[in-house]
Amino acid sequence: MTDAPARPESRPAAPRPSLSDVAASYPERRPPRRRTGAAVRRVLRHVALIAFGLVMLYPLLWMLASSFKPTELIFREPGLIPTEWDFGNYTDGWNALLHPFGHYLLNSALVVLGSVLGNLVSCAMAAYAFARLKFRGRNLWFAVMLMSIMLPIHVIIVPQYILFSSLSWINTFLPLIVPKLLATDAFFIFLMVQFFRGIPKELDEAARLDGCGHGRIFLRIMLPLSLPALATTAIFTFIWTWNDFFSQLIFLTKPDMYTVPIALRTFVDATSNSSWGPLFAMSIVSLIPVFLVFLFGQKYLVKGIATTGIK
Amino acid sequence: MAVIQEVARTRGRGEERRKGDGRAAAIFLAPWFAGLILITAFPLVASLYLSFTDYSLLEAPSWIGIENYTRMFEDPRFFQALKVTFTYVLVSVPLQLAAALALAMVLDKGLRGLAFYRSVYYLPSLLGGSVAIAILWRQVFGADGLVNQVLGFFGVEGVGWVSHPDYALGTLMVLNVWTFGAPMIIFLAGLRQVPAMYYEAASIDGAGAWRRFRSITVPLLTPIIFFNLVLQLIGAFQSFTQAFIVSGGTGGPVDSTLFYTLYLYEKGFSSYEMGYASAMAWFLLLVVAGMTVVNFLASKFWVFYDD
Repeated sequence: MTDAPARPESRPAAPRPSLSDVAASYPERRPPRRRTGAAVRRVLRHVALIAFGLVMLYPLLWMLASSFKPTELIFREPGLIPTEWDFGNYTDGWNALLHPFGHYLLNSALVVLGSVLGNLVSCAMAAYAFARLKFRGRNLWFAVMLMSIMLPIHVIIVPQYILFSSLSWINTFLPLIVPKLLATDAFFIFLMVQFFRGIPKELDEAARLDGCGHGRIFLRIMLPLSLPALATTAIFTFIWTWNDFFSQLIFLTKPDMYTVPIALRTFVDATSNSSWGPLFAMSIVSLIPVFLVFLFGQKYLVKGIATTGIK
Repeated sequence: MAVIQEVARTRGRGEERRKGDGRAAAIFLAPWFAGLILITAFPLVASLYLSFTDYSLLEAPSWIGIENYTRMFEDPRFFQALKVTFTYVLVSVPLQLAAALALAMVLDKGLRGLAFYRSVYYLPSLLGGSVAIAILWRQVFGADGLVNQVLGFFGVEGVGWVSHPDYALGTLMVLNVWTFGAPMIIFLAGLRQVPAMYYEAASIDGAGAWRRFRSITVPLLTPIIFFNLVLQLIGAFQSFTQAFIVSGGTGGPVDSTLFYTLYLYEKGFSSYEMGYASAMAWFLLLVVAGMTVVNFLASKFWVFYDD
């Protein structure tokens, strides 16, 4: 499992000689490109891909459009351009719950901020130890760490709840942030270990000769060179925490402490058919941060998924 | 000069061998280790203990032996939850991976705008787990929802999909298939590694597109297919948010979307039967672990490593 994504990289290096001979003796490496048949086919492929993408994103676009429609039109109008505009959905939705929606956005932002910082610091530290330090039982602990990635949170949530409630942490953000400070998102340790291993060892050896301890090597050499891995970690932690519902539902039960997903859930429970417009408007608001992160962090997202297989 | 460096290096190494990095490792691993013990291992053991008790959070847990487990196997809703979850996982994960592979194949033809298409198809994967999308789904597949509006346009009268016991689970499967973007990106990365030479050689030998797909692409991709399969199965087994929102927290209509995690949540955090919930949690752990082990064992027969 751990080396599955790395494995294909070794493939092109070992071509079978008989095949490469055949390929080399073949005069045309690629079929000629500029024939009209191929051009038509290429255009058709683009048309099909765009059409398919449109179908995929249609529900999203329609939700965006519907958030500007009066509610009764949402149930009658499958088109994207509202025949009647209603910006009131946003003001209604913003004030529909006990607190203005900004309150929940702020709560979510606090949880996300704590989680991102926690994951960055704690996972990078653990990853440095696994990638660079020699200590007894390293392989064993590494295996334990990998297994903990696959542990479903549902298996430990009940005792966690009991633990946190005995600490009076229910309805605070601590049960959501403290585990990140303690590197329980082991996936990111794995991601960073992979990255650290790619950094030439000569660099830290040179630094050690110059008298640097591990603390300085970690801070001055590894971290600055690992910005892509840190960015990937930050981005995924942001998106996962922002979307996380299960643990926030369990640990946050007081409206003051609600985060965006919990607030939306309360909203949808309280909603009769008459307020879908405001509900859609706030749903759109809740997706905007994720969308922005997606827009600006795409490079790291794609690289992160391709190398580790995270969502 | 070089000699001095060499001496310095060996001295450094000697020191390292004597001391090891034990102390530094202890410092760097301290947060992780504390988390492993307090947040993961201790709750894991505690939940095993609780699974043999009757515990409602108000009074101390009382030992009842394996009663929670025997009760579980007499609980029709428990079996319903298993059935719903397995159906969901076994139908939607293969469909999702098939869609991911198909699109990755189309996108891997070196066409222009790859980055754009990749982003468009990937976006649902990022948003799919959110409450907002679950809300959208509830409307889209509702009685007066978008799907029925479109069907109505063609003169077909649809039903309320999310409120119909035969179709509600299907809407959640559609949602899962819709998020095929993440495995697609992994497939794309894998396809990149298949040497073009293989295809050219096969073409010369007269292999058609289907034959090339079956005899080159699929065998070389089996490690990636396997990797995606393990990840998506584990993930799908733990789905919670969508079913919770679409069914209003009930797993309805008539328990047709009662995911395992939903039932566990209901037992643990609505009726506070924490002993029973812990037993369910451990059963889930065994199922997920068992499934993963079976996966790895079965992989010997179909996953092909080219080296």
